[in-house]
Amino acid sequence: MSNITIRLPSTRRTQNQYETGTSYLVTPGDVITEDTDYMRGHGTYCTGDADDKLYSSVAGVVERINKLICVRALKSRYTGEVGDIVVGRVKEVQQKRWKIETNSRLDSILQLSSVNLPGGELRRRSATDELNMRSYLNEGDLISAEVPQVNVDGILSLHTRSLRYGKLSQGCLVIVSPSLIKRRKNHIHNLSCGASIILANNGYIWIYTTQHSSQTEEGDGGFIISNESIPIEDREIICRLRNCIKCLAKRSVVLYDTSILYAYEASMSYKVKQLLDDEVCDEIVNKTIYLLQQANVGNSEY
Amino acid sequence: MAKVMLGESEKWFIIHGIQDDMRNDGRSCEDYRHIEVETGVVSNTHGSSRLRLGSSELLVGVKVELGSPDPKAPTEGLIHFHVDCSPNADPSFQGRGGEDLSANISCILTRIYCNKSSIDLNTLGIIPHKQCWVVHVDVLILECGGNLLDAVSVAVKAALHNTGVPNIQVTDGDEGTQEISLPDDPNDVKFINTINAPVLVTISKVGSRHVVDASAEEELCCNASLVMGVTKRGRTTGMRKMGGGSLDPESIPEMIGTGKNIGRQLHISLDKLLKTEQGMAEDIEKAGYL
Repeated sequence: MSNITIRLPSTRRTQNQYETGTSYLVTPGDVITEDTDYMRGHGTYCTGDADDKLYSSVAGVVERINKLICVRALKSRYTGEVGDIVVGRVKEVQQKRWKIETNSRLDSILQLSSVNLPGGELRRRSATDELNMRSYLNEGDLISAEVPQVNVDGILSLHTRSLRYGKLSQGCLVIVSPSLIKRRKNHIHNLSCGASIILANNGYIWIYTTQHSSQTEEGDGGFIISNESIPIEDREIICRLRNCIKCLAKRSVVLYDTSILYAYEASMSYKVKQLLDDEVCDEIVNKTIYLLQQANVGNSEY
Repeated sequence: MAKVMLGESEKWFIIHGIQDDMRNDGRSCEDYRHIEVETGVVSNTHGSSRLRLGSSELLVGVKVELGSPDPKAPTEGLIHFHVDCSPNADPSFQGRGGEDLSANISCILTRIYCNKSSIDLNTLGIIPHKQCWVVHVDVLILECGGNLLDAVSVAVKAALHNTGVPNIQVTDGDEGTQEISLPDDPNDVKFINTINAPVLVTISKVGSRHVVDASAEEELCCNASLVMGVTKRGRTTGMRKMGGGSLDPESIPEMIGTGKNIGRQLHISLDKLLKTEQGMAEDIEKAGYL
């Protein structure tokens, strides 16, 4: 028996008990300061006129570090750094490369020479390999890759040289803003709740079942794709994680393995579909923020 | 609809999930996402509503004007539906890109409303053969998040419920003509009776089960669906099959039964909300687009 709820937007109450102070928000074209002492950082510009006023070029929060003023945008595209892990979707199959969409300003490129051949073979790619590109990665497939190089124009070159990366099989993709993903040493986690997660730097989070493969500890480079049905207990864990991450992203909580696990534990008292409610979502996020603050009080560093 | 792409493995994940009655966000096959409806949001229309279902966002405005009735039905008024897909929802809707989708949706709406009992058109007639009210329902699609048809029909019902047709007086003028005079008070209106207005329910076939309120990703995994217009009492006013796939004749009665049940529940929830909203004080602030 399903329950269809329809309600008025004005009855939606959002609790913001953990919001601290007022931030200095600006929109593009706003004057930040008229003082000429400051150095211009990202997100600012000044017109060549005599008045020397500092304007903001993005919508965001003003940050001042000594004499440097910059504006951190609230919503922005992903700008790649060398060494980042990204999850992307294949957009186009071209002559010797794939064009991958990674939520950046321009599509990223995955060269045919940058992927591993099945079984870890090391050889020069032949014309047959080129013709068989579609059998490995077709349009719409998701891959996980690393960024070894950022070109001058901002286009990322990706590679899936390690067996940890490659085509992704069954799982659930959650898209959040890239600024919410905390930069850490490790982005691929096997969470203690029973699922695995890839927190890619470009904001694409991939949740999947933990591979219990006996072959390699690292992975198989995405050559073995199983389209079998996943057991319902594992599926429930994945769906619950997905809803928790969506709740945290809605309230702009920084995402990393600890915050996600706290949110998961806080959500255990509800059914998975109840996590779609705004009130339940607020409660879980408040609990998570509280636990994170407690943890910070205990440790001196993250 | 909006361009969402899915890989093959993701599609299998969704299909197996539906088989096990646990969709990607934890809903069961017959659960709807949260719906938010508000009426009376556009001040220069006779009736309006705003709806949010998951990530689909719509705005409906209803305007009435005087016109001449159809010669085949001289005592009845007319209802016209028009859908506009805004490029806000998808860049491909720019210019004439959204025309196919708009034509499809307005055609289905016309189909489910064109019967004697949905809206009593006799109440919209003024002078037989000469004047009647023409109701223009305009739907603006701002965001496409899957299941557009259901969202549009719920919003249209809410907007029609909110529509006030001016109370006019017909007096005999000179030389046998009849004159129509509009009231001075803008609040002197007669609301349209939407007690029998239908609501669309889309039942999508995925694998061997059917789901209601498919999200944009689930719509990519389904190749056949059944759209039905259901009234409050569970009667069907129209049905259409969409999609290029085939439906097993044995599963159609089951899908229709589900559609009727869901339709009834949608009406109950919507009527309850509209009654609550009507009962609220006039000075409560509308949330609008905040």
